[in-house]
Amino acid sequence: MSNVVDNIVKTWTNYHHLFIQGLGVTIVLSIITVIMGSIFGFLLMLLRRSRFNIFRFRPLNFIAATYIEIIRGTPMLLQLYFFYFLLPELLPFLDLSKVTCCVVAMCVNSAAYVSEVFRSGIEAVDKGQTEAARSLGLDSRQTMIHVVLPQAIKNVLPALCNEFIMMIKDTSLASTFFVGELMSVYRTVSGILFLTIEPLIIVGIIYFIVTFVLSKFVRLLEMKLTVA
Amino acid sequence: MEDKKLTIKDGEEIIRVEGLEKSFGKLHVLKGIDQVIRKGEVVSVIGSSGGGKSTFLRCLNLLETPEKGKIYFEGVDITDKNVDINLHRQKMGMVFQHFNVFPNLTVEGNITLAPTLLKKKTKEEAKVMAAELLKRVGLYEKKDAYPQQLSGGQKQRLAIVRALAMEPDVMLFDEPTSALDPEMVGEVLNVIKELVKTGLTTVIVTHEMGFAREISDRVLFMDGGIIVEEGTPEQVFGNPQNERTKEFLSKVLY
Repeated sequence: MSNVVDNIVKTWTNYHHLFIQGLGVTIVLSIITVIMGSIFGFLLMLLRRSRFNIFRFRPLNFIAATYIEIIRGTPMLLQLYFFYFLLPELLPFLDLSKVTCCVVAMCVNSAAYVSEVFRSGIEAVDKGQTEAARSLGLDSRQTMIHVVLPQAIKNVLPALCNEFIMMIKDTSLASTFFVGELMSVYRTVSGILFLTIEPLIIVGIIYFIVTFVLSKFVRLLEMKLTVA
Repeated sequence: MEDKKLTIKDGEEIIRVEGLEKSFGKLHVLKGIDQVIRKGEVVSVIGSSGGGKSTFLRCLNLLETPEKGKIYFEGVDITDKNVDINLHRQKMGMVFQHFNVFPNLTVEGNITLAPTLLKKKTKEEAKVMAAELLKRVGLYEKKDAYPQQLSGGQKQRLAIVRALAMEPDVMLFDEPTSALDPEMVGEVLNVIKELVKTGLTTVIVTHEMGFAREISDRVLFMDGGIIVEEGTPEQVFGNPQNERTKEFLSKVLY
């Protein structure tokens, strides 16, 4: 047992720069994913809510709903594989790096979840708010921008932060392709030292500290928003 | 469409409703309403819950889409799909049972939002007007507060001046005091009373019978999706003709 502790200490002292670097990559990947996913997810939500129809059939709505169902109904690891192999095939002239392929896959995944976060955030705003705005003569776009969205943000912000926390953990799946995030670092260090458990514990502690601190922050944010 | 600016004089018709019908699923809520509201008139709509009063009112500015029938506002058929309803809604203020003030905006912001956004006023003009309106209803000190710091009665007074800020030709009140604590009903009714004195055309759905009797030029009694009886307050409250009106009034006036 003391052997394990010794090894952990030794691993950390010798390779902490790698772990910290890996954490950096994890966080950067997560931030990019959540930001891009939010933008894409917002657009997806607009499609999902669009009233455009041809004889009552809403094509935009249908496309968005299908997309969301497929993404939520398949494993993210599968989606990573899919884009990892598909993108270079589709766009050989772009010479995409494997990190880019992984980021695209994660954004595609995140957008589906985030669009539902946006949708429920908007639908949680009391219908009376829309009615009041429309009764004043505002059109649906003005109502959305000036009345509904500012209120929806309050509902959405904590959920978006949670999505970010989820992403920090989910980026570990990208280690399948050695993109340099924390879990990839584990595989590297583990390979160098021929140790399995010790670096795993280090990586686990790092993940835990980051997500724990962030989730406490989200709780605080939630409390702030419900008071305001 | 807007070039023929017609002015409607007092006593001339401002809203005309013809054969209005509305269902929610299998529930036939309005079963054919014909009604003319004249400029300067104060019309109260009374009746038991589920009689279609609110739905009727909400059809007037198309918050509910009628299934059958036509609604003319200032001579224009607003049920016509080609009409820009937003333009007409600007001239029809509405006050809701649950206030529906915007919690993300200050008291002043609630009032100035629509006039500035819809280019009726500059930001400065709108603020001047908001100040005047707030003084009128005794809320000027709350100008920079947010709605959550207001009482129910204050919220409803704010909702009223928010609608007035668009300088509407008609005001629609949908049970404006039903969600209020009893001690706050008076302050809101007083504001409405002051308002109708200015000659603004008003349609009000209410359960406050004494109030309806006092302020109305005409009272409509609705039951089962139709207007069962209408007349002056003296006629409807004093000498109701229809059995259902009599039964309703005997239950609410005691």
